[in-house]
Amino acid sequence: MRARVRDPWLRLPAPLRYAIVILALLAIWQAYVSFSHVSALLVGSPLDVANQLWTDVANGKIPAATLHTLHTLLTGLLIGALIGFALASLAVFSSVGRDLLAVLTAVLNPLPAIAILPLAIIWFGLSDRSIIFIVTLATIWPVAINTDTGFRTISATTQMVARNLGLRGPRLVVDVLLPAAMPYILTGLKTAWAFGWRTVVAAELVFGVAGSQGGLGWYINTARYYLQTPQIFAGLVVISILGILVEGLFSAVESRTVVRWGMKR
Amino acid sequence: MTEPVIGEPLVVGSGVAIEYDGFRAVDSADFVVRRGEKFVLIGPSGCGKTTLLKAIAGFLHPTAGSIRLDGVPIGEPGPDRTVVFQDFDQLFAWRTVLDNVVYALGVAKEMRGEAARERARAMLRLVGIEAAGDKYPHQLSGGMKQRGAIARALALEPRILLMDEPFGALDAITRSQLQLDLNAIWRETGVTIVLVTHSIQEAVFLGHHVAVMSTTPARIVETVDTSAAQDMDTPEFLRLSHHLRSLLITPDSARHSVQTAVE
Repeated sequence: MRARVRDPWLRLPAPLRYAIVILALLAIWQAYVSFSHVSALLVGSPLDVANQLWTDVANGKIPAATLHTLHTLLTGLLIGALIGFALASLAVFSSVGRDLLAVLTAVLNPLPAIAILPLAIIWFGLSDRSIIFIVTLATIWPVAINTDTGFRTISATTQMVARNLGLRGPRLVVDVLLPAAMPYILTGLKTAWAFGWRTVVAAELVFGVAGSQGGLGWYINTARYYLQTPQIFAGLVVISILGILVEGLFSAVESRTVVRWGMKR
Repeated sequence: MTEPVIGEPLVVGSGVAIEYDGFRAVDSADFVVRRGEKFVLIGPSGCGKTTLLKAIAGFLHPTAGSIRLDGVPIGEPGPDRTVVFQDFDQLFAWRTVLDNVVYALGVAKEMRGEAARERARAMLRLVGIEAAGDKYPHQLSGGMKQRGAIARALALEPRILLMDEPFGALDAITRSQLQLDLNAIWRETGVTIVLVTHSIQEAVFLGHHVAVMSTTPARIVETVDTSAAQDMDTPEFLRLSHHLRSLLITPDSARHSVQTAVE
């Protein structure tokens, strides 16, 4: 039985409520640009931004930039996650591995990955490999730390059941440790995605300054160069929308795994 | 249905002592578990009965003495000695109940496909939860989870089934039902069972032999033959219950004198 909601606003369905809030914010934004006579070079109006979005999606600029950024990010994230899993697995099976993870995490985790970029440029030049390198560094630690915590919180009973069945080595990791630690692993991947996302855009901005090409950061920086303010906003909108989509993707994965398994509500 | 035949010794522990973290949990325990019987270890909380069970399973190793299964010293844990634990989280949460059994058959018996599914379904039928096969463990009640764990353990055709207070976290009604059903399962399979409990009623009702353990460092004080008392309404059942109680619970006066002696 659903309790009767007195608040008329809450009686509206959630998607409609959010749509209204978004439209209201856009209206305020549009009104500000229309009536305050602020320079179009400083603030683009929602209509201009929408227009620009449409144009640059149609002419392929935004899809190309988005694919470029996602490709760089996913490559780095994949490498980082695999190294993170490997480090966490090593830490479960050997005490040396545990100390290795502890030391590496303590030393490298506090470093913002973007701070490694100058070094990466010296090693790999102004190429995507530099960006993939620092994205990898940004994503290893959240994955490793969370996976390690997940492994360590697996109940003694679950571990004994696995040993009782005769499971060991890689099969133990894949069949029991990974699914049992899944809530932590997903948290780690989510954090890694967020770190990687910030890192990749920041690196592309720097690369844009340096005259190299590609990605959403570069798209935004080029727009700044030509004082195409609506284009800057368009780039930001794309980044924001992608963030929302990925959040949705993670929710979908969670509802098919940890929620279905009763590990998370 | 004919009663399973209780035969020659299957597990023999002699002078078993177990220490861990510098703590002597079991001190010189002697016991014999015969093939096909239900053998109960009973004792006060924390007395080392679970420790002894874990040693039979191979999770711990005796620091002195030996435990032999069919004359061979117990090695690492293995599916020939499956364990049913007290905790409700022993089924893998990420697999359905049926899949838990199918997976175990694949790992431990190299049995896969329809053959494994058929055997798994038969095991769920044996423990009375066939209809819940497609459910995930978190969707089951505590009693059904324990039934699922028993099904998985029996599916592997262990030489001995080890049960560590399997009904300890259940409500009284569910617990009584599972005790009855465990007897039926035993009659059907004839599996040798070692069961740890701290319930005197459960020990006399289920066990053919009840080994009574003292407080730590634990020894087996006496092994009581309870095979004649499977019916709770008989005088024999009461007599044996009283006897176990007298072995387990020290009267006030005696405890007092022990305390003064310690002081």
